[in-house]
Amino acid sequence: MMHRIFAALLAGSTATTPLLAQSHDQHQNHSAMDHSQMDHSRMDDQPDQPAAEAPEAESPSGPLKAADAIWGAEEMLASREALYDEHGDMMLFWFQGDRAEYRVRAGEDGYLWDVQGYYGGDINKFWFKSEGEGSFGEPIEDAEIQALYSRAIAPFFDLQAGVRQDLTGPTRTHAVVGIQGLVPYMFEVDAAAFLSDKGDLTARIEAEYDQRLTQSLVLQPRAEINLAAQDIPELGVGAGIDNLELGLRLRYEIVPEFAPYIGIEQEWKLGDSRDFARTAGEDPSVTNYVVGVRFWF
Amino acid sequence: MYMIKSNLAISRRNMIGSLAALAGTTALPMPAWAMGKMGGRVRNGMDQLSGPDVDLHVGSGLFRTGSRSGHAIAVNGTVPGPLIRLREGQDVRLNVHNMLDEDSSVHWHGLLLPFQFDGVPGISFPGIKPGERFTAPFKVRQHGTYWWHSHSGLQEQMGHYGPLIIDPAGPDPVQYDREHVILLSEFAAMHPHEIMKKLKVSEGYFSRQKASATDDYDFSGAERRMWGRMRMMPTDIADVSAPTYTYMINGHGPDDGLELPFSPGERVRLRIINGSAMTFFNIRLPGLPMTVVQADGQDVQPVEVDELQIGVAETYDVIVQPTKEGAFALAAESMDRSGMAQATLTSQPGRQAEFPALRDPPLLSMTDMGHGGMDHGNGAHGHEGHGAKPAAAMDHSQMDHGKMGHGKMDHSQMDHSKMSHGAMKPDTNLGAAPMDNHDMANMGGMKMRDTSLLPDSVKVGPGIDMVAMNPMDRTGFPGLGLDNVPHRVLNYRMLKSLKMDHHKRSPDREMQLHLTGNMERYMWSFDGKKMSAVGDDPIRFRYDERVRVKLVNDTMMAHPIHLHGMFFEVVNGQGHHQPKKHTVIVQPGSSATFDVTTDEPGDWAFHCHLLYHMHAGMMQAVSIEFPKDA
Ligand SMILES: [Cu+2]
Repeated sequence: MMHRIFAALLAGSTATTPLLAQSHDQHQNHSAMDHSQMDHSRMDDQPDQPAAEAPEAESPSGPLKAADAIWGAEEMLASREALYDEHGDMMLFWFQGDRAEYRVRAGEDGYLWDVQGYYGGDINKFWFKSEGEGSFGEPIEDAEIQALYSRAIAPFFDLQAGVRQDLTGPTRTHAVVGIQGLVPYMFEVDAAAFLSDKGDLTARIEAEYDQRLTQSLVLQPRAEINLAAQDIPELGVGAGIDNLELGLRLRYEIVPEFAPYIGIEQEWKLGDSRDFARTAGEDPSVTNYVVGVRFWF
Repeated sequence: MYMIKSNLAISRRNMIGSLAALAGTTALPMPAWAMGKMGGRVRNGMDQLSGPDVDLHVGSGLFRTGSRSGHAIAVNGTVPGPLIRLREGQDVRLNVHNMLDEDSSVHWHGLLLPFQFDGVPGISFPGIKPGERFTAPFKVRQHGTYWWHSHSGLQEQMGHYGPLIIDPAGPDPVQYDREHVILLSEFAAMHPHEIMKKLKVSEGYFSRQKASATDDYDFSGAERRMWGRMRMMPTDIADVSAPTYTYMINGHGPDDGLELPFSPGERVRLRIINGSAMTFFNIRLPGLPMTVVQADGQDVQPVEVDELQIGVAETYDVIVQPTKEGAFALAAESMDRSGMAQATLTSQPGRQAEFPALRDPPLLSMTDMGHGGMDHGNGAHGHEGHGAKPAAAMDHSQMDHGKMGHGKMDHSQMDHSKMSHGAMKPDTNLGAAPMDNHDMANMGGMKMRDTSLLPDSVKVGPGIDMVAMNPMDRTGFPGLGLDNVPHRVLNYRMLKSLKMDHHKRSPDREMQLHLTGNMERYMWSFDGKKMSAVGDDPIRFRYDERVRVKLVNDTMMAHPIHLHGMFFEVVNGQGHHQPKKHTVIVQPGSSATFDVTTDEPGDWAFHCHLLYHMHAGMMQAVSIEFPKDA
């Protein structure tokens, strides 16, 4: 029935007939690939399968783009591209303020931001990060921005590489290589190594965990550790463990995209960094009481 | 609550009259929606169209149900769009007028017709440009309950769908006095592109049923840690649910109080269509057993059940026969039990039924991860009275079985060869496997993603977060959360085609296709390859091949897999009575097998009917060669 209709349609549009012929030619070229796709030799793994495999000479030979023969290849082109774009190749933009907070502490109160975002598809993304902190009434203490190429390398991990630019102090540029993702037990981890244009090698590992208390109340423990391969006196960084931060934040998700929080964070400078801090008249151990907001869009 | 009378209550007696009335409308002046953009209010519910020429005008407007309103795509001014009623054997021209300012399309879901009219932009036709008309002329060669919907972008989520019913040329094998079309769907005020983005960037965004420190889910700390170790959520039942969706019957949310009339003693045929974008529904009419008589438009041997789960894009026709006056609740609970679509089957106008409360949400089990040594929830057992255990007990037993499968997997159970000899009962082994008492903590040691189990055809990458270790055939499973209810529930193994088919050939060849995904990244695909990666490399069939296709679900979600253009037979152990379907649910971590005769040439879409899964890439083109003599 239906092939009769089709035959009639074909006969009625002689101009399109060569197109059909052409598409058949094309498929000949693809036949090797088709075979590997269709002929699942793995079926052998299962004994007692009654069906025989198709002999190679008769490998399946459906038409390639049968619609081209009816509607015209030109006509089909745009819709086909849209189909592929929409069904798998979608690009997304995401921006997250993971921490944007006011910090109450001994001495001058301070502030901190920690934002990131991306633009891209499932596998390849342009990723950016920025964080910084300071005390009110003083110049910004630390600020940096990173521009990274991020590639999904495993179900839960992205490999990231790019540059980091420090915006304060003796400004430096770093090459960055890192891993970001979700480790077992649902810890979000971001670990990166930085090699500066002065040859200094440092690293940073951050981990956070969301413990849902109710559908909208989330307790988030967070840890960050900074490491250095060498002393960097002008930055007050000592070799080994430079500093350690442990935080606990309780946020309320008014909507998942917008969640104010309160929390506490303890910072320690360790080893040589502690000595650098003391020399500079700073307290190597600081407790921050924080209030902030986590948001994304 | 106010009352709305179903405008589709058609008794057989006045059918002729209503057809005549419809014929009359063609002489009336053109309605507003036929003349240009609408922009106005969209009407809830649908009209009916029949005859040799059917005209659908796709426009847009503001839709409201209950307290929720928003932008919608309406066809002929209503959501759902009109019921198209045809007769087997007639010639019809289906005309689609696109009055949107973007491309549109209509796919006639379940209809046998030349591929170029199937309505999938980029596969079977170029799509319908704004202001253009598309005509599909063909002869109707089947009967049954079907539906239609847009295949462009995410328009279906916005209201671009409607029912399609074909009356048989001869006498209907189903006796009934009255019928109601029950078109299930959802409405979201949020734009579908927004929904898609949130799914992509925020795992579990739409769920308000997540496990938490204060939940009352009955599973232990060890189990919770195990799920955490796997980086998965046992509450991942539905991607989008009630906080965002209003579940509807015929365009009416629960607040609308939709009423469907009946007279006591009548055999009432409910043509249930799941036209939703993302929602599996559990259908019940407490106090009224349902006799299933049709599945996906194909007549089946009557089977009486008390509840059934309907996957996205499936249809079931059931007969109910309320013998006395009263009001019965038609409760369509979403599979994750976050909400319900409601209508009242009532003998007295204005009398509303009492609706059952939402039941506790189900949780995923080890079986849903493909670690099941056995298919526990099989309705065949369940409705014989073995299955009525409390939910918690059941979940534990499933977990134990999963672990047991680790060391002592009974390979005889994996042997699906019995499936090929249709007469055999796939049920027989179930429950026979030994159990042991390893504690829960051991289970997390099982490999969630052993990619060596995958055939070479599967592209392994970040898009696959799980591989079913022991994907059992679960066609006997009634659906998530229904494996332990204390009443009869439908499952696929209970479906037998009405007519015997002796002409069935055994398969010429077999192929296996893996359903793959990554919940965290919201990536979905077949064989690890998204539509965008395989578009120019369709799955190929020769003309009139007989192919056995085994779908292996390497994810924890149930996927309703739909093949355009033809019917396949679900290999369910019913031999010459295997049911024909256009959509098959492949349960989590399991397999389902179908046989198809590839006698509908052309290029056809093949995809998961969860709209956002398809949109993320869980789609393929199937290409069937033209016969040599064409
Ligand atoms: Cu799916």
